[in-house]
Amino acid sequence: MALSGLDIYKLLPKTNCKQCGFATCLAFAMQLAKKTLTIEKCPFVSPEAKNTLEEQSLPAIKLITLGANQSKFEVGNETVLFRHEEKFRNPAGLGFIIDDSLADIQIKKRIEKIKQFSFERVGQLLEVNLIAVKQNSNTKRFLEASELVLNNTTLPIMLISDDPAALRQAAAVTAARRPLLYCATKDNLNQIAPIAKEFQLPVVVASQDINELAHLTKELSSLGIKDIILDTGVKDIGDKIWDLTQLRRQALKKSNRALGYPSLVIVDKTNPYDEAVEAAACIAKYAGIVLIKGIESWAVLSILTLRQNIYTDPQKPLQIEPKLYPIGKATKESPVLITTNFSLSYYTVLGEVEASKIPSYILSVDTEGMSVLTAWAAEKFNAESITKSLDRCGIKDIVDHKNLIIPGYVAILSGDLEEQSGFKVIVGPKEAAGIPAFLKNLN
Amino acid sequence: METQLVLEKWAGVISTLTIGADAKEGGTRANTVKIGGQKSLPLLFKEGDIPNPTAIAFEIWDVSPLDWPEELVAAYGKALDNPFDWADKCINEFKAKLLCVRMQGAHPDFGNKGPKEAAEFISILLSRVKVPLIIIGCGDDAKDNQILPACSESARNERCLIGCAVQENYKTLVASIMADGHNIIAESPIDINIAKQLNILISDMGLNLERIAINPTIGALGYGLEYAYSIMERARLAGLSGDKTLASPFICFAGQESWRAKEARISPEQGIIWEIITATSLMQAGADLLILRHPEAAKKVSEHIDILFKNKS
Ligand code: SF4
Repeated sequence: MALSGLDIYKLLPKTNCKQCGFATCLAFAMQLAKKTLTIEKCPFVSPEAKNTLEEQSLPAIKLITLGANQSKFEVGNETVLFRHEEKFRNPAGLGFIIDDSLADIQIKKRIEKIKQFSFERVGQLLEVNLIAVKQNSNTKRFLEASELVLNNTTLPIMLISDDPAALRQAAAVTAARRPLLYCATKDNLNQIAPIAKEFQLPVVVASQDINELAHLTKELSSLGIKDIILDTGVKDIGDKIWDLTQLRRQALKKSNRALGYPSLVIVDKTNPYDEAVEAAACIAKYAGIVLIKGIESWAVLSILTLRQNIYTDPQKPLQIEPKLYPIGKATKESPVLITTNFSLSYYTVLGEVEASKIPSYILSVDTEGMSVLTAWAAEKFNAESITKSLDRCGIKDIVDHKNLIIPGYVAILSGDLEEQSGFKVIVGPKEAAGIPAFLKNLN
Repeated sequence: METQLVLEKWAGVISTLTIGADAKEGGTRANTVKIGGQKSLPLLFKEGDIPNPTAIAFEIWDVSPLDWPEELVAAYGKALDNPFDWADKCINEFKAKLLCVRMQGAHPDFGNKGPKEAAEFISILLSRVKVPLIIIGCGDDAKDNQILPACSESARNERCLIGCAVQENYKTLVASIMADGHNIIAESPIDINIAKQLNILISDMGLNLERIAINPTIGALGYGLEYAYSIMERARLAGLSGDKTLASPFICFAGQESWRAKEARISPEQGIIWEIITATSLMQAGADLLILRHPEAAKKVSEHIDILFKNKS
C-alpha cells in the first residue's frame, strides 16, 4: 500500500518553512501522497526519509528484463488486480521447454517450429518469447543442448537444471544472452546465488509455499540479486490460480516487497488442449511467464490471442488510421465498403474482403475506435461522420460509381446517408462472414 | 515474519438459480442443474464457498443449421437433420446434462414457424429427453414474442431457463415466465449499466431477482472477448459487494461466438481450441453456465471444470 499523507508527514522536518512552495509540511505531504510531485522539492528532508519514500515509489512488482540485445522482453510492473481498474501492462512471456534428451535433429526441428510462431492479429504481431533448455541427461548433453539453442535462435534463453554445477557451466556458455536460471530453492540457494551473481543473471526462486518463497527472495536480495522471478511449483490449476492471485495481492495490497516480483508457471500437461487451457488460465490470472512443451501451432495461436485480449488497454481500444484502404488491385469500378476504425471491425472486414478475392475499397470511418453498433449508438457512426470521411478521402475522384456498402446492423442509416452523401446505399450483411457471398452476388 | 494471506471478505452472494424441476417439484426432469450461489470471486475456492461447478449446456436447434462450419457439422453428422436425434446424441453419446435449444426455425429467414409449432416441438422434446432445458428465441423480437410464450406454456412447471429478454423487449417474456414457473435470461450489450437496469425492470414486474441469469453478450477469443470479460468482472465485484441487482449468475454463449470466428474454419483443432479457450477464459471472469457446440470442446471444458472443482464434490 502506498504511504498516506500522514505517514509521509511524519518523515518530513515539520518546520513549515515553505521552501517547497506549500504553506505547511502537511500540505506538501498530501501532494506527495497523490504523487503530483517529488520529494526533491523539500531541501531539508533527511536521507533516511528520502530512502523510505523512494522505496515507496518503486513499482510494487519489479520490472524484470529477460534476454539481451534485440530480443528482450519485460515482465512485471503490474499495478492492478483487474484490467478494468487500469490495464495489465507487460504481456506474459510464452516460452517452450526443450528437453536435452532429444536428439540434435529433433531439438533443431523444435527450434525451427518455435521460430515460426509469429501471428498477425488485428494489426499486432503476436510472438513467443523464450526457449527453456531442460536438463535430463548428463552435464555434457545439457551443455550441447544449450549451445544448440544459443546458436539456432535469438530468443531469450532459460536454463533448467537440478544440478548447480551443470547450471553454472551452461550459464557460462550462454551468459551473453542473459539466460534465466531455474531454479533456486531452499536446498540449493547457496549454490545458485553465486551463479546469478557472477554472471549477473535473473533467477527463478521456487517453493510450494508462499511464506518460504518470501524468505528465499529476501535472502537472494540480501546477496545483491535483484532480478527474481517466483514459482510455486507444479500444482493443480485451481491451486495455481490461488497462488498467482495471492502473489499479485501480496505485492499490490500489502506492498510485500519480498513477493513483489513477476511469477512463472510451468504447465505440466501433455495433451495440447489441456496445456493451452491451463496456460490461458494462468495468463488471465497474472502469470508473468508461462512455459509449455507443446508446439502445435493452433494451440500457440489460441494462447497468444488470449494474451493479446487480456493485455489490451481497456481505455484504448485498438484503432487503425481512419482512411480509405484499397484492397487488392482496386479500380474505379471496385465496391466501397464502410466500417469503423475499431481494429477488430476493420480487420474482420478486411479478412473477408481478401477471402472474396474481389478488389475493393474499405473506408474506415473515425469512430474513436468504437465498434459498429457501439459507435452507432454513440452517434459516432452516422450519416454525418460517414459523409465527412467520404469527402476527406476524395472518394468521388477515386471511383466512378455512386454505391456504398454499409454494415447490415446499421441499415437504418441508409436514408440519411443517401441524402447527405449523394451516394446510393446498399445494405451489406450483418456478419462479416457473409461478405464474400455478398460481394460475389453484387452485380 | 510470516506472510499473511490476503483474503477478501464479501458481503454479498451470487444468487442460486436452478434449471429443471423433477417430479417432487411438479416437473418431469430426471436431473436438475444449479448455478451460482458463490461467495467468492471466480475459482478462488479457499476464499469463500463456491457450491456449484460451472455448468455446460449443449446447443441444439429446432431446425438443421444452415450456416455451421464443416468442422462442427462433422461432429454431429446425420443427427443434425432431426433435432430429436440431435438431442439424443448429445445426451447419450456426449453425456449432456443440460440442453439449450434455439428456436431458430421461427425466424422469418429459417422457416418462419409459428407459436403452435414451437409449442409442439417443445412438448415433444420434453417427452423425448429428461434433462433440463434452456430455450432461446430466434433473435427476431416480433417472432420471439409470439413463440417464446407458447414454448413457456408448453413447458409449464419444468423450470426452464428462457431468453433472451432485452431492455427494449422484456415484458411479454417476463409475464409468461412468471405464469409458468421458469427462469429468465436477461441480455445486455456488453454494458454493466444496462445489465443492472434490465434486472431492475424485470424484478419490478414481480419476477424474483433469483430467477434471472445475465447474458453479458460475450465476444469470442480474439473477437472482443476482453470486453465482456471485464464487464463480468465488474458486475461480479459489484454483486459480491452487496449489489443484489448485479448478483446474477452469467450465461455465456461461447459456442455460438467462437464458431463465427475465421479460426473456426482453419482446422478442426483450431476451431475446437477456440471454443475451449473462449469458454474457460470466461470462467475466470465468472461464467456460470456455458452454452457450447462442439462435443470435443464440451468434453475438454468439462474436464477442466472437474479438475477445478474436484475438491468440492
Ligand atoms: S520545504 Fe520541507 S520542511 Fe519546508 S515546508 Fe516544505 S516540506 Fe516542510
